[in-house]
Amino acid sequence: MIRRWLPYPLLSAALFAGWLMLTGDLSAGHLLLAAVLGAAIPRISAPFLEHLPRVRSPSAALRLLLRVTWDIVIANVAVSRLVLGPTGRLAPVFLHVPLALSNPQSTALFASIITMTPGTVSAVIDTENRELLVHALDCRDPDALIAEIKERYEKPLLEIFGC
Amino acid sequence: MMNTATALEWLVALMLLVGSFFTLVGAIGLVRLPDFFMRLHAPTKATTLGVGGMLLASIAYSVNHGVSLHELLITLFLFVTAPVSASLLAKAALRLRLKSRAPLPEDPASGH
Repeated sequence: MIRRWLPYPLLSAALFAGWLMLTGDLSAGHLLLAAVLGAAIPRISAPFLEHLPRVRSPSAALRLLLRVTWDIVIANVAVSRLVLGPTGRLAPVFLHVPLALSNPQSTALFASIITMTPGTVSAVIDTENRELLVHALDCRDPDALIAEIKERYEKPLLEIFGC
Repeated sequence: MMNTATALEWLVALMLLVGSFFTLVGAIGLVRLPDFFMRLHAPTKATTLGVGGMLLASIAYSVNHGVSLHELLITLFLFVTAPVSASLLAKAALRLRLKSRAPLPEDPASGH
């Protein structure tokens, strides 16, 4: 019954909370509006969300969130040093990261994480060859970096979504 | 002894400085980095720690005026949109075969 009316309970909860955060108003009117939005938007966009993977392990998701936040801070400092230092010494390279993830949404999340951690930018999600084309700002050992990216971000994503 | 208000003010100032610093580094990177693909990396700093620092400052500043959670949403929206624009820019640049210090991959049209 719940599944019928709220096919994506987590998304509905996020929309509900998002609306309240956006308005900063906990009055009855806005609570009702948030509930309506939380119930209606996932239903309207259901065809679009068909392949949305379910979160299997919330604790793994939380761990990944903390790890990514931490990595962003560390990588920012490292990349700032690169940017302010002699740029002639930088060794940029394109990496072909083979994908173990198969779901489009989890792959997109993986690509986004790579882009948001400074030093690497996802350029192309190649669904045909099942790989990501990633540009690294300064990389001496591409294979090691690919292995690190897969270990740090893709493995937890596989654990969270299972696909 | 420092009271809470002063400590909070210091925190706001510190976070603003951190945010400004990384935004500045992002801008400097845009000028200094030698090719388009390398310049793509500059905004990732401005949109992560740059904005992050300022948002934390904003949260700390508004602590006394009721909890404000807009900042978390701004972070979320940035995380959702910034990688998409970066990827589109990179795709266009690959298609145009822009000058790149990193050797370009053989098939620039892959992923379509």
